[in-house]
Amino acid sequence: MQFLRQLWIVFRRQLRIALRNPAWVIIGLVQPILYLALFGPLLVPLAGTFGADNAYTLFVPGLLVQLGLFGTLFAGFGLVAEWRAGVIEAERVTPASRTALLFGRVALNAVQLLVQSIVLVLLSFLFGLQASAPGIVLGIALTVLLGAACACFSDAVGLLSKSENVLAPLLNSVSLPVLLLSGILLPITQPQWLKTVADVVPTKHIVDGIRTVFTGTFDSTVWWGSFWAVVVFAAAATWGARVFQRENA
Amino acid sequence: MIQVEGLTKTFTARRGKEKVEVAAVAGVDLHVDEGEIVGFLGPNGAGKTTTLRMLTTLLRPTAGTARVAGHDVAADPVAVRRAIGYVSQSGSTSPEARAGEEVVDHGMLYGISRAAAAARARELFAQLELDGLWDRKPGAMSGGQRRRLDIAMGLVHDPRLVFLDEPTTGLDPQARANLWGHIADLRRVRGSTVFLTTHYLDEADALCDRILVIDHGRIAAADTPDALKRQVAGDLVQLTVGAAADVEPARAALAAAEPEEPPAVDGLHVSARVRGVAGRLPTLVRRLDEQGIVLAGIEVRRPTLDDVFLTVTGRSLREDA
Repeated sequence: MQFLRQLWIVFRRQLRIALRNPAWVIIGLVQPILYLALFGPLLVPLAGTFGADNAYTLFVPGLLVQLGLFGTLFAGFGLVAEWRAGVIEAERVTPASRTALLFGRVALNAVQLLVQSIVLVLLSFLFGLQASAPGIVLGIALTVLLGAACACFSDAVGLLSKSENVLAPLLNSVSLPVLLLSGILLPITQPQWLKTVADVVPTKHIVDGIRTVFTGTFDSTVWWGSFWAVVVFAAAATWGARVFQRENA
Repeated sequence: MIQVEGLTKTFTARRGKEKVEVAAVAGVDLHVDEGEIVGFLGPNGAGKTTTLRMLTTLLRPTAGTARVAGHDVAADPVAVRRAIGYVSQSGSTSPEARAGEEVVDHGMLYGISRAAAAARARELFAQLELDGLWDRKPGAMSGGQRRRLDIAMGLVHDPRLVFLDEPTTGLDPQARANLWGHIADLRRVRGSTVFLTTHYLDEADALCDRILVIDHGRIAAADTPDALKRQVAGDLVQLTVGAAADVEPARAALAAAEPEEPPAVDGLHVSARVRGVAGRLPTLVRRLDEQGIVLAGIEVRRPTLDDVFLTVTGRSLREDA
């Protein structure tokens, strides 16, 4: 109870600051629209090559995961700025759970991502997306789970390094291979060696899972995708909580 | 209120290929009584910040014990956090947030209800002359206002013990003098115990009952400002002559006044520390007068805390301030 109250206080504070900055709210909402409008049309003629009937059913799940990864992976920059302003240290000398300090922040990233995802999917229907309703719900849930994991990871790295100069190259070197190997923009169908490498990337399975579930199919691909989303989130949340609880961080 | 014994913090640093243990704090013993205002002084790198971070549970000690407000910092850090207020040098609020809400949220993290935290915050805004700034962004406040806001953050849960880390660094003289008043009020009005670090000796002199000097990770001196000043032998006598030819006779006259060390000559200034200067000064002046030396100036200065610092640590606090 105490923990949830503290988490809520941190979350509400972050939300208030975020909502007062309309620039970020607008940028957050425009991003998915730009992808849909400027990149989507390129994929329409290609969709048949990947055996898909509807280009957007193939494309939107990838966009969702990309949003989940990139919107939240840079959360650590905000944390470093807060550290510099003394906010993190001031919160750490209160009796509040240090895990709540992390999860309250991650909760804001998750809510932002949820709103962005809903906007993206609703707009996609205008472009001609056809997808099953339960599939969309599970797809967005997996996206938010992955995004929350990335935010935990990013905040923890931010707290450990306390430096944008460490954070920027590190996050970029993580995000680019993940982006390419997950088949986010184009499904990985060949060559074989690339498929083998991609198979060890959890996000690839998450993308595959969301793609499948969007068509209304609930098969093992979907369950594996869900499994990996939960595993990635659990690992990042555990590690993040440990970093925040460390006495010397 | 604070009892510290053998407090030690070692960091592992890399020197070339080998790892070396560096002791930032090497066995600090100190105590602070309830209701005291204690100044914690030391040059940069002396272990001041590391000690403060251990006392405020931001850093775990490598060895030794520290009981703060009745609780052990290592065994029960949460109880310590509940009892202390910490005003950090780096601030405590987001530049983009609203001042009043920051204080209320901070209070709520201590488990205080929203209404109680808001009432307490309003009270602190009035006391700390922050009226009308409730909705102001901290980023749009002056340095002095922001520092007072940090103090309000540190006091929202009514702590019995307040840590202030370099509270007036970077403030203009007026804002400093104003803040000193508020720091003195912490005890006068609220009965709090105050532990403050500072670079400014005049600040320690004006505010503190006792001063602890830390150097090379150890407490080098701990006493009242007056007692510390008495440790410095003698008052400083400085003679300024009008012509270069008078420097040598003036030096000889000052040397005859039994100074603690041979007089130092710097241009037209001759100076030395002299014990019991009141008794010796008339003789010195008479001797100078007999020799026809015209003084452009004579100055007698009581020891300052800077002199104390120089005596205790061999360094001037100002050099690396």
